[in-house]
Amino acid sequence: MSDRELRVSKIRNGTVIDHVSGGQALNVLSILGIDGSEGLGVSVVMNVPSDRLGLKDVVKVEDRELSQSEVDVISLIAPEATINIIREFDVVEKNRVDRPETVVGLLSCPNRNCITNANEPVETKFDVVDDGVRCTYCGTIIREELAAHIAPE
Amino acid sequence: MRQDHLITATQLSRADIEAVLDRAAEIDADPGAVADRYREAVLALCFFEPSTRTKMSFETAIKRLGGSTTDMGTVESSSVKKGESLADTVRVVEGYADALVLRHPSEGAAKMAAEFVDVPVINAGDGAGQHPSQTLLDLYTIRENVGLDDLSIGIMGDLKYGRTVHSLAEALTNFDVRQHFISPESLKLPRSVRFDLHNSGAQLREHTDLEEVLPELDVLYVTRIQRERFPDETEYEQIAGEYQIDADTLELADDDLAVMHPLPRVDEIDPAVDSLSQATYFEQAHNGVPVRMALLDVLLSEGEL
Repeated sequence: MSDRELRVSKIRNGTVIDHVSGGQALNVLSILGIDGSEGLGVSVVMNVPSDRLGLKDVVKVEDRELSQSEVDVISLIAPEATINIIREFDVVEKNRVDRPETVVGLLSCPNRNCITNANEPVETKFDVVDDGVRCTYCGTIIREELAAHIAPE
Repeated sequence: MRQDHLITATQLSRADIEAVLDRAAEIDADPGAVADRYREAVLALCFFEPSTRTKMSFETAIKRLGGSTTDMGTVESSSVKKGESLADTVRVVEGYADALVLRHPSEGAAKMAAEFVDVPVINAGDGAGQHPSQTLLDLYTIRENVGLDDLSIGIMGDLKYGRTVHSLAEALTNFDVRQHFISPESLKLPRSVRFDLHNSGAQLREHTDLEEVLPELDVLYVTRIQRERFPDETEYEQIAGEYQIDADTLELADDDLAVMHPLPRVDEIDPAVDSLSQATYFEQAHNGVPVRMALLDVLLSEGEL
């Protein structure tokens, strides 16, 4: 990418999440609980051409190295994502995301009659199944629009 | 795997089911043999929704085992009315009892309750979710009448919200059973139950008309189309009455057909059917006692299913 096309500069330290499915970058930030109030430098590029994905998003978070378990959850909406840990402008670690077995506390159950929506002291828990996630408590399956069920902080 | 609780039918293997049914048959044959077995045992009854059969048969079951009950009473008369959470209620009640029977309007309530207590929790109905102890007595009734293998069963009515249907269908996947589901389009099985049935490799077919499948059935399991599950009264009125059976309907059926119903019925089964040899639903309701005695015996003695 030439300087004329360069949209976001390199970061010194932090994490670059690349190959996010086009249009999902803001949902990735939601999953990570990043809303700007943390004071971290955050760059978001959306819907840029990608040989592999057609269109992709890129998320750069400065001065924070994301753990593998944090980014595994991203696999639910961005299965092709790659995670680059940056130190002093160099990529020191590059990982693909892995689908987790369960997702705890992140999603809200769309079944309004689920016990997790009844003001009980319990976190939501979803088992990851072939093509979606399933509420451990009531069995409701979410296949489409997963990001729409991300629980508000 | 050790299981302290009975939460869903999917947790039950064929061996688990047969262990309870065999025990129920022994108890049925000689109830006196277990009359004093659990003299000190107290069973907590936490019913956040109305119940006649389930609550009374659990109460009778523990009494016939020599034990007693402690009853939360109605929601209106308990601390739930003051805003107490279910998690707090069950943590308090576990201190009073050796096992806890829970009925609650929210799906997943029993699963959550079991995470907060150490005594066995029996799910006696969680919203439109599951009702696995009903399933055990349903299976016992089927086994006593027509056997549990090479069986053709029709399950009719409210398949979407009917928790007895969900548990029964999932438990039947342990046996060689052809399952026919008969309902209006709007009350077909929910996605979560289909998911479990497909995962278990169940043989299932769906129908909107009972007559096309009735002649080949060994069991017809009728359920109430539940008014309280409908957000809209008009929708309820429109559908109610479409899936009723009477003596004329059964002329197409095999003489040995077992007509079952978890009860209460409203008008799904005409009272004239009661006197026919196929009517099995009162026997089914009575089986609640020996089967729940057997379930309590398994959970209280071994602490696992």
